[in-house]
Amino acid sequence: MSELVLSGRAPVSQDVIESMRRTRGGKIKIAAQSKSSLAINLTIFILLGLTIYAFLFFDYKSINFAQAVVSTLDNAKIMFGTPKLSYNTIPGVLNALWVTFSLGVLATIYGAVIAVFGALFCAKNIANPKVALAVKSFVAFIRAVPTILWVLIFTVAAGLGSVAAVVGLTFHSAAFLIKAYSESIETMDDGTIEALRASGASYWQIVFQAVLPASISYMVAWTFLRFEINFANALAIGAAAGAGGIGYDLFMAGSFYFDLRELGFLTFIIVAAVIALEVAATKIKAKVR
Amino acid sequence: MLDETMKKAPRPQNQTSVFVKRKRTFTIVFVSVFALFTVSAVVTNYDVIKGFESIPQSIVWIAKNFVPNAQAWEKLPKILEKLIETALLSIAVTVCAAVCAFFFSLLGTRTTKVNPWISRLVRIVAAFFRNVPDVVWAILLLFSFGQNILTGFFALFFATFGMLTRTFIETIDEVSSSCVEALHATGATPLQTVFQGIIPSSVPEIISWVMYMIETNIRSSTLIGILTATGIGALFDLYYKRMDYSAASLVVILTVILVIVIEIISNQIRKVIM
Repeated sequence: MSELVLSGRAPVSQDVIESMRRTRGGKIKIAAQSKSSLAINLTIFILLGLTIYAFLFFDYKSINFAQAVVSTLDNAKIMFGTPKLSYNTIPGVLNALWVTFSLGVLATIYGAVIAVFGALFCAKNIANPKVALAVKSFVAFIRAVPTILWVLIFTVAAGLGSVAAVVGLTFHSAAFLIKAYSESIETMDDGTIEALRASGASYWQIVFQAVLPASISYMVAWTFLRFEINFANALAIGAAAGAGGIGYDLFMAGSFYFDLRELGFLTFIIVAAVIALEVAATKIKAKVR
Repeated sequence: MLDETMKKAPRPQNQTSVFVKRKRTFTIVFVSVFALFTVSAVVTNYDVIKGFESIPQSIVWIAKNFVPNAQAWEKLPKILEKLIETALLSIAVTVCAAVCAFFFSLLGTRTTKVNPWISRLVRIVAAFFRNVPDVVWAILLLFSFGQNILTGFFALFFATFGMLTRTFIETIDEVSSSCVEALHATGATPLQTVFQGIIPSSVPEIISWVMYMIETNIRSSTLIGILTATGIGALFDLYYKRMDYSAASLVVILTVILVIVIEIISNQIRKVIM
């Protein structure tokens, strides 16, 4: 048999089959040996190696693992199976939820306003490249500091309360949104900007008539994503920095009253709120598009 | 000349209304955002003026106190040890969660067509793990595991698992549906489909997400560390509560370097594999 015929296709000649790379056993090699597959294999290998090293490295402090797992499962059953409020009232909890929600809203609005202007200085296609690099590096620095640390730093400087929480959350939000917005601006068609420039449009005309309308739907999507993250962060700083809201109630229920049922009730309220936010965000995003 | 031609040109009725409409939408959005802002400020007792005043004050304070001094540098070995612990923790958590999430998401995708009910169940379970905040997991685990590194491990694991399951389901649906169909047509077994079709076609996206989650988890583990008294978060909290701000600032600086290094590495990997 000199030719192998695949159904409905051109015949494959014997030389082609012979020239294919083979394994030692004589099977035809089907995986492409490219730079990218090498990088993938190397990354997976290093990550797995580091994971194994990590498990050997950790100090487990002679914990009884099986017992801890069993008791956690029991606790989870009590927490999620029989939620009940005993230290808070339902209006109180809803009010705390509303506070956490509002902290997220404030940080997101501030962050978005700062980020719109920041992104204009940061997007490669409309900004000065040197300025863009400087802004990008500065923003990368701010983003690398965990939100909770910003909040704790501002708590010392501005006192415990909503000011420290909002300012701390805003720092990270603005930095995140500047990156996201500038990337959405960079994906827009350069022809539009060029055409407006050629027709003598001013910088702000280009921004308001071309740049923002073209990237607004991405921007809205990123803003809502950030709002969801900010809500979670507002919750976390309530628990870890005592900034109030439902996060603080969670911390009190868990680490002060040791009341699993209360913790379960609060968790269900939070999950319901997060799902409601997600649904609302999807509806608004669909409207913008 | 140009003006005259423009005036003469017939203008459809709805042409002007585009601008009117845009202006109206803009006004509505602006007013509602402003209203939302005001209500939120009232609810949280947020003082707008104080908020703006606090920023220059804080920057002055940071520049004065939040700088590592000689005493802080002496604590460098201890800080580095905790930093390595945190980095290893977030890598281990992300890798374990990614492996579990990958096999779990295979049950949830439309491409593998396991069973519509199982698929729906998988999505609900993933949504549950994603939406319960990691703080809650940390508090729950503190009851039984105490202030142990495993508390942080499992708290981050649950949150990462939920997040990655959703993204993996979306990735597999997006990337591999056509090649899975082709493999089905050739009579490949389900295992062959997974190993020859789904994994090769979605692995670049998956690695990209894993790198992103490692970076995120370093930041989250700082917060979880404050609650569970492990890792770099606990060390920061210790210095912070002792008001040893120069040591705390060294912790922040080293965390920032770690996060940026990981970001650079993952950007390089993305460039090569995508």
